[in-house]
Amino acid sequence: MTNLSFYGIDAIHLKKREELLPGRLIVIEGTDSVGRSTQLNRLRPWLESSGYAVIDTEMTRSVLAGPGLKKAKEGHTLGPITLNLFYATDFVDRFENQIIPALRAGFIVLTDRYIYSLIARAAVRDTDPHWIRSIYGLALKPDVTFYLKISINDLIPRVLQHGGFDYWESGMDMRLGPDLFESFVNYQKRLLDQFDAMSSEYGFQVIDASRPIEQITEQLKEKMLPLLPQG
Amino acid sequence: METYGLHQYPGRLFIVEGVDGSGKSTQIALLRQWLISEGYPVFFSEWNSSPLVKQTTSKGKKKQLLTPTTFSLIHATDFADRTEHDIIPPLKAGAIVLADRYIYTAFARDVARNVDRQWVRELYQFAVKPTVAFYYRVPLEVSLNRILTGRAELKYYEAGLDLGLSSDPMESFKLFQERIVNEYEAMVDEFGLTAMDATLPIPEQQRRMRHIIRPYLRGVRRLRSSAQESAWAGLAREMRPSQAEGHGGSEQ
Repeated sequence: MTNLSFYGIDAIHLKKREELLPGRLIVIEGTDSVGRSTQLNRLRPWLESSGYAVIDTEMTRSVLAGPGLKKAKEGHTLGPITLNLFYATDFVDRFENQIIPALRAGFIVLTDRYIYSLIARAAVRDTDPHWIRSIYGLALKPDVTFYLKISINDLIPRVLQHGGFDYWESGMDMRLGPDLFESFVNYQKRLLDQFDAMSSEYGFQVIDASRPIEQITEQLKEKMLPLLPQG
Repeated sequence: METYGLHQYPGRLFIVEGVDGSGKSTQIALLRQWLISEGYPVFFSEWNSSPLVKQTTSKGKKKQLLTPTTFSLIHATDFADRTEHDIIPPLKAGAIVLADRYIYTAFARDVARNVDRQWVRELYQFAVKPTVAFYYRVPLEVSLNRILTGRAELKYYEAGLDLGLSSDPMESFKLFQERIVNEYEAMVDEFGLTAMDATLPIPEQQRRMRHIIRPYLRGVRRLRSSAQESAWAGLAREMRPSQAEGHGGSEQ
């Protein structure tokens, strides 16, 4: 059972509705190219073969705001506050229409990023930390959050492997360096600092993401097993 | 990022609020004409008009994808885009910005939709506090009468049909508007809105609005002198064409 426990105001009134959420909310967090989706793709078949129904959800995939957000990011007029709120709209649409109904139906919800990436990105863009946290105060506290932690030096080869540096993943909207690479390094360092600071604030399970893929999967399975519904 | 009440800009921000049919759009349009004729640089921003966000909002409405919370968030996103592009930069440059509907519209509508009152106020913390916020107060029967006469159909969200107050659109609209009015009335004190009597003749309302605004215009830089003054200047130029040529460019 996922507890009806929140970081802030339960603006969706889940408590008032006395929701019962027999599913589990499992979050994988970490920066770009750290290997989150690789792990999720390995965990899903494992869960399903053990008989658990699984749904996954990730950022910018909401029916409502996903396409509009992607389009807005292609232009050159998207300001930081608008960007944050577009992401919040996308998150809440998925939260209300995918995550909650699946938890209600007893699914294991595997979430590729949750509010923490969004808070980290907002913080790096100089938004008020109290403001962004109050918006995401409506989010359920997950049953567990795995944070795939990596150093900037270990991250760079992975990005090269994935085809190089992306405009947004390099924080080029803030131009933190004269080119994509330097901006990427400065931006990701700031993000990693934010994640580290959030680790204790939000009680992340920290996973060393520099280890081989198979070992990380085993570690995640081991930590997930006691959290899964039994029988 | 600066939050509500803490922005310090040389410009002025005047906004109008009120239910549909209160006549607020008429009043701000008249104010705009006057300010322009007085030679002030005037910018205008309308509710729900961000080119970046509009498409998402109309898709959500058309396909009825919106919950009260995402309805609230997508309007906040629209407002954020306008704040970052149409409101803050002109205010920093010393202009007068006018807005037809502002954050109080969101507070009234979203709370009428049962969104948490405190949560939606936090959501709009990034907004600039208006120099003066006018609330056009009108009895519900009057505004309903103005809006519903000769109107074929009410839209789903507009009528508040998502709330399930009534399955009849007209009845639902009335109940929804009543809730909105109650929220506005409570906000007059909470946010220091300037309540205006929207049942008065239009010119009288406008006279009062200008009277309230005039003291706040002191110190605002004009692009050129007022229409009356420039008429005099034009006359002077006609009489002395050679000397007046130098500053013709600023008369546009």
